Amino acid sequence: MFGLDHNTQVVAAAAAMTGAAAGIAGSLLTLRKRALLGDALGHATLPGIALAYIASVWLGGSGREPVVLMLGAALGGLAGLASLALIRRLARVSDDAAMAIVLGSFFGLGTALLTLIQSSPSGHAAGLATLVTGHAASMVTDDAVIAAGVALVCMAVVGMLSKELSLLCFDEGFAQTLGRRTKVLDAVVLLVATCVVVAGLRSVGLVLIVALLIIPAAAARLVVDRFVPMLSVAAIVGALSGVIGTLVSASAPDLPAGACIVLAAAALFGIAAVCAPRNGVIARVRGAMP
Amino acid sequence: MKGHSPTSPLSIHALTVAYQRKRVLWDVDLDIPAGAIIGIIGPNGAGKSTLLKACLGLVTAASGQVSVFGKPLSDDPTRVGYVPQRESVDWDFPVTVLDVVLMGTYGRLGWLRRPGRRERDAAHAALETLGMSAFSHRQIGQLSGGQQQRVFLARALAQDASLYLMDEPFASVDAATEQAILTVLRRLRDEGRTAVVVHHDLESAREYFDWVVLLNTRVIAAGPAQEVLTHDRLRETYGGRLALLDEAAQRLQGAQGG
Repeated sequence: MFGLDHNTQVVAAAAAMTGAAAGIAGSLLTLRKRALLGDALGHATLPGIALAYIASVWLGGSGREPVVLMLGAALGGLAGLASLALIRRLARVSDDAAMAIVLGSFFGLGTALLTLIQSSPSGHAAGLATLVTGHAASMVTDDAVIAAGVALVCMAVVGMLSKELSLLCFDEGFAQTLGRRTKVLDAVVLLVATCVVVAGLRSVGLVLIVALLIIPAAAARLVVDRFVPMLSVAAIVGALSGVIGTLVSASAPDLPAGACIVLAAAALFGIAAVCAPRNGVIARVRGAMP
Repeated sequence: MKGHSPTSPLSIHALTVAYQRKRVLWDVDLDIPAGAIIGIIGPNGAGKSTLLKACLGLVTAASGQVSVFGKPLSDDPTRVGYVPQRESVDWDFPVTVLDVVLMGTYGRLGWLRRPGRRERDAAHAALETLGMSAFSHRQIGQLSGGQQQRVFLARALAQDASLYLMDEPFASVDAATEQAILTVLRRLRDEGRTAVVVHHDLESAREYFDWVVLLNTRVIAAGPAQEVLTHDRLRETYGGRLALLDEAAQRLQGAQGG
């Protein structure tokens, strides 16, 4: 394909799947007015990854098994979400302050743990640090297959529950009066978001993943005015960003894939903001003219 | 527990709700009559919206019971339709008018079934009733406030419920919408259904409602509109807000005379 080596193809495919799932999960977070949750979620994976590495080495493993690291990341993310809920319940702080507290303290803990690992005699945790900003070239086929699988499962779950999720995001109270258990639906949204963050660790990294969640969703909202079409367009924008970003990063040595993917998404958003049929700059300027 | 009528569409017993220790509703006892349009009237902060939300389980009651046709609401949520305040949702949300009205049919559909022909027909009929058919494919943000309110009413109609709880449907709507809502309310009553409507305007209350609940944290009075909307009862409900009260009372007296 395009004269690319096998590894780049694998990475591009995985990044496309991750981008598509991120577009969908990001749309849900945005419509549920929880866009920044992805940021806290991403940063909260770091201590989970570090602890997973430590546990793996302690049990005689290499510390780099993709499944172990992803599981650690997921548990870290979920612990972050749980802390967020706890802080909101116990302390009188605003939502954005609670988010900053969780994001900062989890990322701080993760950074401290990484430093400890690196200074320990058995530690050569260079591979872990790449998860912070993403390093797609270091992806092995296992990483790609897992990322793609996780993304597929997320898309299937959201597709099956799209009607319920639109109800939840539009009018939670009304959903409850229909007898819906909105807490279960909210848990689905958060689980999907967590899975996407974990799937995107290798390619995009945990700092920039929030951008891949939110930018495709924002672009899609400009282009379409309905729920399922918005999720679909966001998935396409996310997938395109994944492919374009990977190819651009492969074209020059040491160009980080995560940054390229997010910049590709931003470029697509820019195009949507200018050219979108009703909400774009061109359409609005034309509409304003007599 | 006091004996409450199992046939009452909405029976509330000793309901108390508090937000952070502040009492919002206190010891509310009500048996709402069937086949009537009922107004819930009281000053700002009287707990009118909270009463609806507590009946629907959207806020947790400190104590008390609510039964719908003699049973807890959770036994069969499809018997109750809810029209929330218009401001409670984001009208920029990516849905069309028809999408929102279809949500009224989701209660009977369950989690996985999609709306089919029957649900679509019900949604279109509801839009027709409210004169909103021409707008069915518009994104909801492109509607006026009154039209948005009519979409919420249409969604409730598509629910095909026996009891409706509506939160300020008449708040800041145009005259055409006001008439459309009134027509819907009267049609629901003629079909033997019951509508409980939170309302803030004393002037129109006598015209709109068959039955009125005067509420200010506790129930001041409940009964046929003519008997309940009296000067003394209103004074008791609105308390110290004398200027407002006297003005309203004068208008009421004027309405009685005319």
